[in-house]
Amino acid sequence: MYLEELRLADFRSYGSLSLNLTPGVTVFVGANGQGKTNIVEAVGYLATLRSHRTAVESPLIREGASRARIRGVVVDDGRTTSVDVDIIPGQANNAWINGVRVRRVREILGICKAVVFSPEDLKLVRGDPASRREYLDDLLVSLRPRYAAIRSEYERTVHQRNAYLKETLKRPHRLDPSHLDVWDQQLCRAAEALLKARLSLTSSLAPLVEQAYAAVAGHHSVVRLEYRSSVPEALTTQEPEAAYLAAIHRLREAELARGITLVGPHRDDLDIFLDDRPARMYASHGEAWSLALALRLAAYEMFRRDGTRPILVLDDVLAELDSGRRQALTETIDEAEQVLLTTAVDEDLPKATRFLVRAGEVRRVD
Amino acid sequence: MYEGVVQDLIDELGKLPGIGPKSAQRIAFHLLGVDADQVRRLAEVLLQVKERVRFCTVCGNVAEADRCRICTDPRRDASVLCVVEEPKDVIAIERTREFHGRYHVLGGAISPIDGIGPEDLRIRELLQRLADGAVKELIIATDPNLEGEATATYLARIVAPLGVRVTRLASGLPVGGDLEYADEVTLGRALEGRRALDV
Ligand SMILES: [Zn+2]
Repeated sequence: MYLEELRLADFRSYGSLSLNLTPGVTVFVGANGQGKTNIVEAVGYLATLRSHRTAVESPLIREGASRARIRGVVVDDGRTTSVDVDIIPGQANNAWINGVRVRRVREILGICKAVVFSPEDLKLVRGDPASRREYLDDLLVSLRPRYAAIRSEYERTVHQRNAYLKETLKRPHRLDPSHLDVWDQQLCRAAEALLKARLSLTSSLAPLVEQAYAAVAGHHSVVRLEYRSSVPEALTTQEPEAAYLAAIHRLREAELARGITLVGPHRDDLDIFLDDRPARMYASHGEAWSLALALRLAAYEMFRRDGTRPILVLDDVLAELDSGRRQALTETIDEAEQVLLTTAVDEDLPKATRFLVRAGEVRRVD
Repeated sequence: MYEGVVQDLIDELGKLPGIGPKSAQRIAFHLLGVDADQVRRLAEVLLQVKERVRFCTVCGNVAEADRCRICTDPRRDASVLCVVEEPKDVIAIERTREFHGRYHVLGGAISPIDGIGPEDLRIRELLQRLADGAVKELIIATDPNLEGEATATYLARIVAPLGVRVTRLASGLPVGGDLEYADEVTLGRALEGRRALDV
């Protein structure tokens, strides 16, 4: 698939930007801070409804504006679909497919599929568990849009349950066991659905990550992905819901004392082992980079096996790579229907379309 | 910030559901632009609604008397009670013409984020209505979203000891949605295919 048109209104530094794009490689050249990353960030947002740079949405809105708009026209297998999304901080966002407003923004997921490589990917290896959970969940949702409902229902359940636990922390005498039971039940049911989805994704991903690592690093190493649950019993049973419920009852006192939900997939991690050592602590800078690339390449391969060629976004990563790692990416670059690449130093990429990005102005150069 | 009364109007409008600061401003300036008669009419209707319309003391639906039309209609089946979140859901179910029992309006759904617990809903009134054993079936028609499900589960649990048959609208309703947006056919089918709720 490829984007034929990308329009931004009040998004980051852009008051208004309209780009006509083509299949093949497109390079956005510009010094840091000139706005080139904002362009590909918008593409990532259309694909996942999240920014790869920030967890909160307010920085996405241009200063002085109340909302941002991203419009993409996607061509997939000859079919053209337009998607629009309005980002309104502190409010529910709005979205349109082919000009028709959708009831839920997440209905646009799956229309624009993209895999984004960025310098922030080092966090996948070195960062806290949240980065790895997000990697899994974002991929899950882009591969199977119906998981967006599972993910958001789980997140909302945790939010509701935490609100109730906090309330009883303030007023312990008002604790209503039947009420808490209800949230326990909802939480455990939603937790099982999310856990099962993540486990199945992890087992499909594992061999692909190992393969990709060998290609990137240029030598074979044993790469192991191990899903770590806050409730280990949930991983070995056919009925994780029951395991979660048991854990909740075990941790009742602690949860009530702290006013937060201590059980569930929002406290899990994806452990990465390189030659049997936890990569988070032991991987060298080079190894960590190779692993991060391998995780993204494996994500790309997941889409391929699913029968789609997602848009490949390379945000400022080429310059960071030595020739060996670059070589591993070249194959994917050649294979992708569309590659959107940002760089500070113009790259020697034949047949690429070039845009010069300077002070928020984007100009095509031939 | 605008001066005095204009800002007061914007502030008051901004308290209404679904109206953000920008809309509040737009409505305020719209009202400033129209003639006085039109504004007077709006103000009168607002006051009349507050004076004339009440909530039915039995079911919690909007009523112009002590009891609403459905509660006073002898043809309605008193053995089936349908629990909904809001008066607008009563209207949605009435549109299907599939339901001939009576209603109980909770006034919302459990949502700790919004500070709404079971004690803020008309659950005590519901239990009182169930006490004499005349109601044989309780249909829980809360919204098919997280808060609606939580409320349904809560009700099923506390009603269980009373021995009333508790059912939930069949799936097929758009999950995550509001009852009022479901079309008549879908809602009618959901009503027909309701299932017993496990506790
Ligand atoms: Zn009534």
